[in-house]
Amino acid sequence: MSLLDVRGLQVEFPSRRGHVVAVRDLTITVEPGEILGIVGESGAGKSTIGNAVVGLLEPPGRVSGGEIRLQGERIDNLPDALKRALRGRKIGMIFQDPLTSLDPLRTIERQLVDTIDYHLKLGEEAAVARAVGLLDAVGIPDPAVRIKQYPHQFSGGMRQRAVIALALCADPELVIADEPTTALDVSVQAQILDLMKGLCWDRQVGMILITHDMGVIAEMADRVAVMYRGRVVETGTTAQVLGAPAHDYTRSLISAVPRPDVKVPRFPRVTYIEDAAELPEDFDLSTHWLGQARNFGAGHAELVRLEDASMRFTTTRSMWKSRRRYLDAVDRVSFEIRNGEVFGLVGESGSGKSTVARMITGIYRPTGGRIRFGDTELTALQSRAAAAPYRRQMQMVFQDPFSSLNGRMRVRDIVAEPIHFHKLAPTRAEAARIVDQLLDVVGLGAQAAQRFPHEFSGGQRQRISIARALATRPRFLICDEPTSALDVSIQAQILNLLKDLQQELNLTMLFISHDLPVIRQMCDRVGVMRHGKLLEVAATDALFEKPKHAYTRHLLSLMPKLERIMQPKMAE
Amino acid sequence: MIGFIAARLLQSIIVMLAVALIAFALFRFVGDPINNMVGQDTTLEERAELRERLGLDDPFPVQFARFAINAAQGEFGFSYQHRRPVSALITERFPATMELALVSAILAVAVGIPMGVYTALKRYGLLSRSFMTLSLIGISLPTFLIGILLILFFGVILRWLPTFGRGDVIAIGWWTSGLLTADGLRSLIMPAITLALFQMTLIMRLVRAEMLEVLRTDFVKFGRARGLPDSHVHFSIALKNTLVPVITITGLQLGSIIAFAIITESVFQWPGMGLMFIQAVAEVDIPVMAAYLVLIAFFFVVINLIVDLLYFAVDPRLRVDRAGGH
Repeated sequence: MSLLDVRGLQVEFPSRRGHVVAVRDLTITVEPGEILGIVGESGAGKSTIGNAVVGLLEPPGRVSGGEIRLQGERIDNLPDALKRALRGRKIGMIFQDPLTSLDPLRTIERQLVDTIDYHLKLGEEAAVARAVGLLDAVGIPDPAVRIKQYPHQFSGGMRQRAVIALALCADPELVIADEPTTALDVSVQAQILDLMKGLCWDRQVGMILITHDMGVIAEMADRVAVMYRGRVVETGTTAQVLGAPAHDYTRSLISAVPRPDVKVPRFPRVTYIEDAAELPEDFDLSTHWLGQARNFGAGHAELVRLEDASMRFTTTRSMWKSRRRYLDAVDRVSFEIRNGEVFGLVGESGSGKSTVARMITGIYRPTGGRIRFGDTELTALQSRAAAAPYRRQMQMVFQDPFSSLNGRMRVRDIVAEPIHFHKLAPTRAEAARIVDQLLDVVGLGAQAAQRFPHEFSGGQRQRISIARALATRPRFLICDEPTSALDVSIQAQILNLLKDLQQELNLTMLFISHDLPVIRQMCDRVGVMRHGKLLEVAATDALFEKPKHAYTRHLLSLMPKLERIMQPKMAE
Repeated sequence: MIGFIAARLLQSIIVMLAVALIAFALFRFVGDPINNMVGQDTTLEERAELRERLGLDDPFPVQFARFAINAAQGEFGFSYQHRRPVSALITERFPATMELALVSAILAVAVGIPMGVYTALKRYGLLSRSFMTLSLIGISLPTFLIGILLILFFGVILRWLPTFGRGDVIAIGWWTSGLLTADGLRSLIMPAITLALFQMTLIMRLVRAEMLEVLRTDFVKFGRARGLPDSHVHFSIALKNTLVPVITITGLQLGSIIAFAIITESVFQWPGMGLMFIQAVAEVDIPVMAAYLVLIAFFFVVINLIVDLLYFAVDPRLRVDRAGGH
C-alpha cells in the first residue's frame, strides 16, 4: 500500500464558457521516504495537483473524477472539516515564496505554537519546547532566541526553514513542496534542498516536489512525472526520465536547459512548443532601420570602463554621524567592457549586480569612482540633458516582463516612446513604421503593435521589452536577469534572440544573471560579484574550467548537477 | 522610537501654530473687532480706549504671540454674542459633542468592522449583497437627509423618540452626561445613528476591500494548508493584518466625526459645539469661530499622533530592531 495513491484524477474549473480541465487522468503514487518530482512549465497544472491533494482548490475548481487515497483511505470525498484535519496533521505543505508565507505580524513562536497546539494539544509549555526543537531540526541557529523574533528579522533562507518547520509541526506523513527554492539564491537553495532531503529520509516522509527546474529534480527526486498541459506525459525514475527521455516533450524540455559544461552556439529549438518564433529569414541589416545609423562601432577597444565605482546607501538615518549606518552596495568595482562583447555579471541577490547596471545607466549616481562610456566620463556630466545622448546609446531589458511594460499603453506606443523621447523619427508615421520593423525583428510581427501587453505571454512581453530597448539603436544593451521569470523553453527562445541580435547588430552587452549555465551560454567574459565587491574577472571558459577565487569555486559547485544524469547519453 | 515621537510632536506643534495663525487672522482681520464688540452709540474716544486696552494697537507678531499663548491656555476672549468667555461656552458645550461623537465612533467601528469582515468572507452571500447595497445608500445619502428622515419616521409618525435636544442630563463636576438617564439615552439614539452611518459604511467597505486583499496572500493560504481552523485563519491572521491600513483611515474618520457633528447637531438641535459654531457663524461671533477652529485642529493632531503610535503597537516591522538580529 502506497502512502499516497492518486488514480485517474481530473480537476476542472467550471466557467461560463465551458469547463477548463486543469488536470486530466493523473495517476501517481508516493511511498514513505520517497521524493516524487513533478516537473513542467507554467500552466501545466503542477500546483493544481498539490492543491487538489490537500483539498485547497481555489473555488470554483473541483475534483471531477478519479480518487485520492492516503494510506489506503479515500480523502478526496471527505467533508471539509475532515479534510482540514488532514492538513498539517497528515499532509504538510511548503510554498514558493518564504517572504510572503509567514504572517508578518506575529512571532515565529506564536505561529508554530498555534499550529502545534491545534493539532497535538500539548499545552503551551510542551508546544514551545517542540517548536524550539523543530527550529533546531531545520537548522536555525540559536532557536530559543530566534523563535521570539518576527519574520522580517529572518533572512530569506531562514524564513524558508521556518516555513518547513511549520509544515512539519504535527509530523505529517506527506509533504507537498510547491517550488520550495525558486525564490532563493543558489547557495541557500542547496542548503534548503539538503535539509528537505535529509528530513524526508530521517522521518520517512513522502514528498511531492513540484518544480519547473530540471536541476532541482535531478538533485532531489527519486522518481519524476513530467507534465504538459494537464497531463503526465512521462513518468519513471529520475535517471531514466532525464537520461533517456521517451517522450518528445521531455526531450525538448531537457534540451532547452542551458548546459553548464560546454558552450553551444544556439539553443536547440523547442519544436514541441508552439509560439517558437525565430528571426525572419530575410533580415537584411544594410537596408533595415536598425542598420542605418551605424555611426558607432570601431574606435575604441573598450566601450565601458568602471574605475573604483562605488555606491553607498544610508540604511539608518540619524542626526549624529556616529549612529548612521551605511550599506556599500557596490564597493570600488573596476572592470571594462570591450566593444562587441557580452560581459556577464554573476552573483547572488544583494551582491550589487543590478546596482552596477543602474550606475552605468545613470539611474543611480555613483558615490565614488568613475564610469567612462567611449570617450566620455559619465560621472563628470552634470545635467541630465548632457547625459541624454549617452543614455540613448544604452538601453536596458528588465527581469519582470509583467511590471516593466505599462499595461495601459498599446505595444506601438510602448516601443515608440523612446523614439519620440529622443526625437529619432521626424514624423509619427515614420515612428510607427520603425516600430513595425522592430516588432518583426524580435519575432512578434507588426500586427502586435495594436494590442495591449496583457494579451501577451511572459516570453512575448520580454520580446516587446527587447524591441523597446532596440528602438533607440543603442550600442550598449544591459540585460538584467532577462529570463529568470520565464519558463525554460521560452528562456531558450529569448536567449537565442538576444544572441542573434547581438551578432547582427554588433551590440555590446552587459548580461546580469544569477544563473551560471545561462551565463556560460551567453557571455564572452564574466565577473563574479559578492557583497558589493568584484572578486574575479575571467574569460567564460577559463572561469568555468579553472576558477581562481574560492567563492567562484563554491558557486560552481552549487550548479545543478543535471549533467551527472545526462552525461552518459551526451557522451555517446 | 523616541526620535520618531519627538519628530512627530514637533510637526504637531508646527501644524497647531499654522492653524492658530489662520484663526488669529480671522479674529484680527475679518471686520473690526471693536466694531463687533461695542454698540452704535459708543464714542470714538471710548473705542480708542478699548482698542488700547485690548492691545489691538500692538505690532502683529506681538498680538499673534499673545493670541497663541492665550489659546494654549484655553483663553479665546469673549464671545460677542453671549458676552461670556469663550472657554466657558466651550466647556459647557464640549460634553454634548464628545458624547455624541464617541457613541457614533463606537457604533461605526463596532458595526462597520464586523460587517466588513462578514461581507469579505461570505462574498457571494445574499446578506453580504444586501449589506453592500445598503452601504451604497449610506455612503451616498447626505447626513441631514438621513437625520430628517429618521425624525420624520421615529419622531413624528411613530413618536418613539424625542426629535431634539439632549433630554435629561446629570452633572458630574463640570461634565454633563446624558448617558446615565433613560431620556438622555433615548435622545442620543437618532443623532448617533445619523452621525455614524456614513463612517460605518466607509469603514465597512474599507475593511472588506483590505480583507479580500489579505485573504489572497500566501500566509493566509499557508495557514489553511497547515490545517488551522477557519476562525483562527480569519480572525487571528487575516483580520489583524487587515487592521494595519484600516487604523489610519478610521483614526482620521474619528476626527471628522467630531468636525462633521455640525450638521447632525443642527438637525437635532443638539446643544454641542457644532451647533454653537453654526450660530457663531450666523452672528459673526469671531472668537467662538476661532476657538472652534483651533480646537478641531487640535483633535486631528492628537488623533494622528495616536494613530502613528498605534502602528508601532500593531506592526512589528516598524519597531526599531534593538536586538539587531538580521
